[in-house]
Amino acid sequence: MKKGAIKTLLVRNVWHENQVLRQILGICSLLAVTNLVSNSLVMGAGLIFSVALSSFTISLLREFIPHRVRMIVQTLIIATWVILFDVILKATMPDISRALGPYVGLIITNCIIMGRAEAFAQMNPPVESFFDGVFAGLGYTIVLVIIAFVRELMGFGTILGYNVNFLELETWTIMVMPPAAFFLVGVMIWIVNNIATRKQAVGGGKNG
Amino acid sequence: MGSAPAISPVVIFLASIFSSNMVLSNFLGMCSFISVSSEYKTASGLGKAVALVMVFTTVINWLIYHYVMIPLGLDYLRYLIFIIVIAATVQIIEMVMDRYLSDLHMKLGIFLPLITVNCAILGISLFMVIRSYGFVQTLLFGFGSGLGWWLAIAALAAIREKMAGNQLPRGLEGPAITFIITGIMALAFVGFSGIFVVM
Repeated sequence: MKKGAIKTLLVRNVWHENQVLRQILGICSLLAVTNLVSNSLVMGAGLIFSVALSSFTISLLREFIPHRVRMIVQTLIIATWVILFDVILKATMPDISRALGPYVGLIITNCIIMGRAEAFAQMNPPVESFFDGVFAGLGYTIVLVIIAFVRELMGFGTILGYNVNFLELETWTIMVMPPAAFFLVGVMIWIVNNIATRKQAVGGGKNG
Repeated sequence: MGSAPAISPVVIFLASIFSSNMVLSNFLGMCSFISVSSEYKTASGLGKAVALVMVFTTVINWLIYHYVMIPLGLDYLRYLIFIIVIAATVQIIEMVMDRYLSDLHMKLGIFLPLITVNCAILGISLFMVIRSYGFVQTLLFGFGSGLGWWLAIAALAAIREKMAGNQLPRGLEGPAITFIITGIMALAFVGFSGIFVVM
């Protein structure tokens, strides 16, 4: 695998085809865990772990999986990796595991993983699929952390649990409640759409 | 069998529709919620199908969890087993409907396979385990969550249909505005919180 290919994959999966902002996939967990930066980082790590290894496994087995039952086989492969991550998380960080609740298990039904499996791992060699998964997960994690940063900063006045509210400003409780998550994601998609269309206009469509 | 929390099943039922609505406060089933909500009729069809599958899968998962997985010590395999149960249930419901309720099947047909990967379905099964609900509580929890999901997607689709012709900034069209509408709906549903406490 060439170096250039990795870079192309990185740019494509993190920016041009960002799974969350461009494809609108994996939204459930995105909204649910972003009230704290630490939760988001763990969730992002979980997704990168699961999507990369699932893509790798699915790509490795792509010759052997019958086409008709591929969905269920893929789901089982994904579930196996997610169970592994869940067990590791429970053993090493029980507090965060409890805070994330069912959302770790819900990585199984995160559309990003299935999406990568269907769109990429199916017809590409394992190493490429692995990196494709890592970068797709990375794009997701970046969005997660940005939203969590805003929500935690405004909702609790802290970042990663450290108090940064030096001026003792009133915190916005609404930011840690569900509605703010929807607003922030909506606004973020709006901003990214605008940047993308402007780039297209300036670069004559060269940057897609 | 773990002891069930002492919450009236009726309270769980109402809470799962309003104050802890699956979509608007637990963010489950967002993918189809966003993408299949541009038309009221289809959205409502999907909502009904989801509600139906939810009731069946939670009840079956509850029975399997308490009578098979716990006695055999297979708790750690619950994700895998729940997913298989959900996929199988969806398949069976589809077959039964095709045979006996072909009218309804024709209407819901395309949505049924989609439901397998709807995270709300797996989500409520996991919630039911985490909150260790009893059988009746589980039944009404599944039913209420389904109704709540249906209510939310039907309402969103109705709003989107109403404002389909409105002028919007270009970047805001499609998903972005849908999120903002959902945010406003969630804001309204926050008003229900505190009436029923289940968490």
